[in-house]
Amino acid sequence: MKFTLNGKTTEVAAKPAARLLDVLREELGLTGTKEGCGEGECGACTVLVDGESVCSCIVPVSQVEGADVVTIEGLGGTHPLQELFMNEVGAQCGICTPGMIMAASTLGPTPTLDDVKVALAGNLCRCTGYSAIYRAVMKWRGMTSDDPSLRPVAQ
Amino acid sequence: MQAVGNSVARKDGIGKATGAAKYADDLTFPGMLHGRTIRSTIPCGRVKSIKLDFDETGFTIVDYRDVPARNIVDLIAQDQPFLAEKEVRHMAEPILLLAHEDKEKVNAANVLIEYEEEEPLFDPEKSTQIFKEIDIVKGDVVAALAKADIVVEGTYRTGHQEHVYIEPNGVIAVPEEGGIAIFGSAQCPFYVIKALRCLLGSAHPNVRVVQTETGGGFGGKEEYPSMVAGHAVMLAIKSGRPVKIIYDRVEDMVATTKRHPSIVRHRTGLARDGHLVAMDIDVLLDGGAYVTLSPTVLSRGCIHAAGPYRCENTRIQGRAVFTNTPPNGAFRGFGAPQTQFAVEVHMDRIAEQLGMDPVELRRINALRPGDTTATGQTLRDDCSAHIVLDEAVKRTDFDRKREEYKGTNRTIGLSLFFHGAGFTGAGERNLKSKARLELTPTGVRIAVGSTEIGQGTRTMHAQIVTDALGIPYESVEVAQPDTSKVADSGPTVASRTCMVVGKILEECAIEMKEKLGGMTPNEFYKKNGGISVERMYEPPEWIQWDDHTYRGDAYATYGWGCDVIELELDPNTYEVKPIRITAVQEFGRPIHPALARGQIEGGTAQGLGYALLEHVVMKNGAMANSTLTNYTIPTTLDTPEMDVVMMENPYPGGPFGAKGLGELPIDGPAPAVVNALRYFGLDVREIPATPELLARTASR
Repeated sequence: MKFTLNGKTTEVAAKPAARLLDVLREELGLTGTKEGCGEGECGACTVLVDGESVCSCIVPVSQVEGADVVTIEGLGGTHPLQELFMNEVGAQCGICTPGMIMAASTLGPTPTLDDVKVALAGNLCRCTGYSAIYRAVMKWRGMTSDDPSLRPVAQ
Repeated sequence: MQAVGNSVARKDGIGKATGAAKYADDLTFPGMLHGRTIRSTIPCGRVKSIKLDFDETGFTIVDYRDVPARNIVDLIAQDQPFLAEKEVRHMAEPILLLAHEDKEKVNAANVLIEYEEEEPLFDPEKSTQIFKEIDIVKGDVVAALAKADIVVEGTYRTGHQEHVYIEPNGVIAVPEEGGIAIFGSAQCPFYVIKALRCLLGSAHPNVRVVQTETGGGFGGKEEYPSMVAGHAVMLAIKSGRPVKIIYDRVEDMVATTKRHPSIVRHRTGLARDGHLVAMDIDVLLDGGAYVTLSPTVLSRGCIHAAGPYRCENTRIQGRAVFTNTPPNGAFRGFGAPQTQFAVEVHMDRIAEQLGMDPVELRRINALRPGDTTATGQTLRDDCSAHIVLDEAVKRTDFDRKREEYKGTNRTIGLSLFFHGAGFTGAGERNLKSKARLELTPTGVRIAVGSTEIGQGTRTMHAQIVTDALGIPYESVEVAQPDTSKVADSGPTVASRTCMVVGKILEECAIEMKEKLGGMTPNEFYKKNGGISVERMYEPPEWIQWDDHTYRGDAYATYGWGCDVIELELDPNTYEVKPIRITAVQEFGRPIHPALARGQIEGGTAQGLGYALLEHVVMKNGAMANSTLTNYTIPTTLDTPEMDVVMMENPYPGGPFGAKGLGELPIDGPAPAVVNALRYFGLDVREIPATPELLARTASR
């Protein structure tokens, strides 16, 4: 089975019903995609399939045949969201962070805070209460809001 | 630039945001097997027979007879086995362990267990098996109640709460030259070592525990990893191969610890002008089937049970009791969220009965420097109850909004709370925590067992050392906690990692600075080679505590908070929508403002989940809704605007004036929410305040 993974054509030997998450982590060694619940609720396993964020724990690998799959490793460590998530402390323990960044990366150029909340509604974070995640994402897009959650941290 | 007080670059690096950071499940070892725990399917009884209904080829199978030394998870009491022998005390109790190199095979293996079932006990009020009793006596409550103008009584209940760290529990046990290494998701690597020493005895003296990047803890990885590690180690010893055990979400929710459910009764005497004259409080915690940490959870719960108020006649009686449910354990707040829920809801009921404004009632009674707490502790200048209350009321325009929201579907409520930092009473003195600072060719390395679990341990410790030593922040590195290489700085719990361990590190840095004698680390290292400084924590001399009478200085200092919540209630569905929460909190001084704010925002969100959403449904002694589909924690759409205010009132005994912070934020949201609902006209006395509960309350 073939698909494009992080820009490269990739062939895998997995069974068609294997979870995309397991194929990525175990067969391909890309452990940046995390498992939090195994039922598509927490979003820790979020990857992009043809530009849309999906939970890779509930996608059989056969469904991505021929598709364009991007994981956190595909951002190459240079996506501005990655540094912003660390600096704004949108990542605390970090386990939701790869999935959260993948979901956030699908946002358009001028998201409102409500757009951000909707885009991330399928990604659970237990550490941050989300405010710092909003600060990171809105800063990335240069957007503001009068929600006090977005007030910068005083130095 | 000073490092302390600035949101400097975190020591975590970029790995958490690139996927490069390695959590337990991201590691593999050559020849590794996958372990699985076979658990009881009854809440109470005895194992009659076990039948393996699968092809055993390639399997490693462990039961209690494989325990090398003692079948005891060594904690406060020595009552809990790693593997049940005959007696089963709760659902999902570990009985048998399997391992195989093929994960699918190990998951498919069928084990048939026959039991002799016995009648389970689920109701803590009917339990006669008491794990711990506490009795705090100040003044004469009986006489004061008899003389009081008004007596207000009430009973308040809180449910279980599941931690839902997004990374479930997991460890890997790896046989190595001369011993065994455990790599795992854990808050307290030295707790794991203690438990393994008891399990393994002298036959396996060389064990070490290495903390892998940990995907959240909140108390849920305080004591439980000892159990998982013990299981993986037994499978590794028997097979001679590395064994990984990673819980899936359902197993983690069904089998591991939760926040203790509570029933708290208040009987309070007041003068007509609103002064508290007597507080008679009874605290009952459901401990579950084994003692685990229930005695210390009860202790903290009882000490906080009278809230941040002055009352000369107080009696607090507490019990933690046995039930046939999975043991409850540590969870952020550690008993204080339960008891402060009760007292804060009770305060609003008192205000209602007195016809008094709830803010005014709190202003009359809130603790001030010089006042004494329930245990007789005289508070010092770092007491800020009035400061946070005044700021929150002013900032939210509380009085005006309360008038304005009358008769609308919007409402507002507040809570005032405090949280003791560090271990209770003589705990820190008995613990004798150590920290070590090691000179490297380019700077220093922090070598402590305190773990980074998202809260910023690495970064804030490095900031403290940077400023105390006067070297660049970049030249301070932080060792990965490996029990064979770092000092035992005590467990990463009790809001102590900054205030207590940070303080020892500050002292290490000061001593190191003296040793360097004006040289840079690099110059000194070239001339003299590496040196290290190790110091032990010494709590302030003035702390006096009697564990028998429960009198004295319960904590070296307290953080203080006032939360104001604004909600909207759907009058048809009783769905509650939090609109905005204002969290005003004083915790000495923030070492890293962005990380500190993150603690408040995250703890506040967890507290809102506790208040409104997080309902653990127990059926026949097991969590029936053990998935994230039907146990719901706050998403982006459930979490309101947060206005966080960090106030400063330095604690002289903390590093750069810092107090503990991690737990404080979770004490406030639940009572604030329920007080807002009360103002709307709903007499709610328990959480979670689900729409179903509110509908029942409204129809009463």
